[in-house]
Amino acid sequence: MSEMTLVQAVNRGLFEAMKQDPDVLVLGEDVGVDGGVFRATDGLIKEYGAERVIDTPLSETGIIGTAVGMALYGLKPVAEIQFLDFIYPAFDQIVSELAKFRFRSGGQYPCHVVIRAPYGGGIKGGVYHSQSTEAYFCHTAGLKVAIPSTPADAKGLLLTAIHDEDPVMFFEPKRIYRTATGEVPDGDYRVPFGQARTVREGEHLSIFAYGAMIPPASEAAAALAKDGISAEVIDLRTLVPLDEAAAVASVEKTGRAVVVHEAARFCGFGAELSAILAEKAFYSLKAPILRVTGYDTPFPYALENVYLPNAARIEAAARAVMQEG
Amino acid sequence: MAKAAQSAPTVAPGVSHALSNDRLLSMYRVMVLARAIDERCLSLQRQGRIGFYVPASGQEAAQIGCAAALRDEDWIFPAYREIGIALWRKVPFRALMDQFIGNSTDRVKGRQMPNHYSFRDHNFVSASSPIGTQITQAVGAAMAIQRRHVPQVTATFFGDGATSSNDFHAGMNFAGVYRTPTIFFCQNNQWAISLPRNRQTHSATLAQKAEAYGFSGVVVDGTDVHAVYDAVATARERALAGEGPTLIEAQVYRFGPHSTSDDPHRYRSDADVAEWKRKDPILRLREELRTSGALSDETESQLQEAVKREISESIEAAEGAPALDPMTLFDDTFAQRTPRLEEERAEFQRLLREGVIRP
Ligand SMILES: Cc1ncc(C[n+]2csc(CCOP(=O)(O)OP(=O)(O)O)c2C)c(N)n1
Ligand SMILES: [Mg+2]
Repeated sequence: MSEMTLVQAVNRGLFEAMKQDPDVLVLGEDVGVDGGVFRATDGLIKEYGAERVIDTPLSETGIIGTAVGMALYGLKPVAEIQFLDFIYPAFDQIVSELAKFRFRSGGQYPCHVVIRAPYGGGIKGGVYHSQSTEAYFCHTAGLKVAIPSTPADAKGLLLTAIHDEDPVMFFEPKRIYRTATGEVPDGDYRVPFGQARTVREGEHLSIFAYGAMIPPASEAAAALAKDGISAEVIDLRTLVPLDEAAAVASVEKTGRAVVVHEAARFCGFGAELSAILAEKAFYSLKAPILRVTGYDTPFPYALENVYLPNAARIEAAARAVMQEG
Repeated sequence: MAKAAQSAPTVAPGVSHALSNDRLLSMYRVMVLARAIDERCLSLQRQGRIGFYVPASGQEAAQIGCAAALRDEDWIFPAYREIGIALWRKVPFRALMDQFIGNSTDRVKGRQMPNHYSFRDHNFVSASSPIGTQITQAVGAAMAIQRRHVPQVTATFFGDGATSSNDFHAGMNFAGVYRTPTIFFCQNNQWAISLPRNRQTHSATLAQKAEAYGFSGVVVDGTDVHAVYDAVATARERALAGEGPTLIEAQVYRFGPHSTSDDPHRYRSDADVAEWKRKDPILRLREELRTSGALSDETESQLQEAVKREISESIEAAEGAPALDPMTLFDDTFAQRTPRLEEERAEFQRLLREGVIRP
């Protein structure tokens, strides 16, 4: 065990995977000599050389298309997209190719690529360095989607992603890259996909969140506790596959749900989770499910503080669901 | 005249588009202004008075030489590093400063990071962060110009890194096919963040890529305003004569960090930077103007004073402007707000009133 930040845990995970398996390689813009613009790949090139830590030209299609080719041939590429906002030139390679290779070849060509990308707001990055567009990828059959919120999960989920058999979108909450700190197990530590984490147990309502929304959700739960409202906070950890059983069980216990994400509300991941709860836990619900999310505008620069969900908004929504039923 | 790309790295300054001393002096003034803004803004960022900054030091001759050869009616499709173009187009520094802060007088209403401004009155189209996207758009606007038969060109600005983007290749191809009045102005500042130019592409020059798309590409010394001006003026004449697009590779050097988030010591040596700084475009033009007698000590110090004053006054005014009204968040997603946005806006207003969210 050692104490580290979330971004250091990503870095430790990459070191571990590259040590375990010579077929693992890292590619992306500025990942080599510079160590990544957030330093997630710091030191890898020194240890493993430029053949396995590849500084690519400025082309996301190039990065993902070549990663697909490497994976088809049997390597295990871990591609970095510098910001999730810049992934779209590769969207075709991801949704038309990577996600569908196994299916369209009748299982002959599985294609296992891990795509790491920092996502989300709160860093004064304006419209193109802040977006949270996980829903596009969740909506694409064939892609798994993992979003850690703690250093231990960052390493554990990343190692699981690299050892998986399917393409994995690994979205890193850059806002808490350095503020989320914690103990991380050494060595080959893995956190299974499809298992939500109970951040805090509670009786009166369930707050569902992931990534950078876990800290404000926990803060809101702490504030509610002072008034005797006991909120359960659940970190979904992987959106695909989703731990539906845990979500349903929590709502069966509490009867109330607030779903939090920083992405825009309309067709955001909260819509899916709310629908699942309505389908599978309807008779346990005592109040309508509320969503606390970004607004349905593009992400702003100067106004990001009022755009992003905060603890007070989550708390207000929790109090609102408590008043009903 | 500019030479074909493959043959020579540098093009000699042209005689066909000679610049008068007056014009050179006004170009020099804008170059000095751009450099001084860079220096002030880097320190404003360190003091936390602006959130971020993208410096352009080292690229002034390329930008201002190019801008001066264009006409105000020509449309600019910029990347995020084109301060010299905006200043030459007479965008006041105050307006840039408003954007860097994102205050109530910011023309883009606090929507974008510093340096991603947009001034329709100056035919300066909105810059975005995703690399290369403006390139195809400039070609499309040039196709529209062709359809309207107007004597006008579009100029698009991008870096060496952007030549690897999809949009660069698609844009170049379309421009070649339709022979559009487009100037592709590539500022090869030798770096795309940490990736050096020679690892971006195996081509001997960036300009030679035009060859593959069936039009001419030229390399110019981007530290020489004369060479840049001549290449752009020539490209513009050719475009207006129906001879199609030109790719111009202006070879420059990024003196500063990629942005205030970057630490260039991780990937390049001070010696390399020092070597290029000997070719500082501002010193070069100053030397020339002094030798020709166009720039006296007195003019120089007046100019420096005026630039300093303009910068300080603009910063003060921009910092004194009221903060952005949070309700503007719900403007401009669509021409008219949808019912859903009205609902979210009302919720937002309530949360503000209740103090649940605080600007
Ligand atoms: C599509 C896309 N990918 C990655 C980035 C991140 N990024 C910002 S600037 C940059 C390098 C750009 O280099 P170049 O085109 O040479 O322009 P310069 O910054 O040197 O002016 C990168 C990789 C981006 N903005 N857009
Ligand atoms: Mg560059």
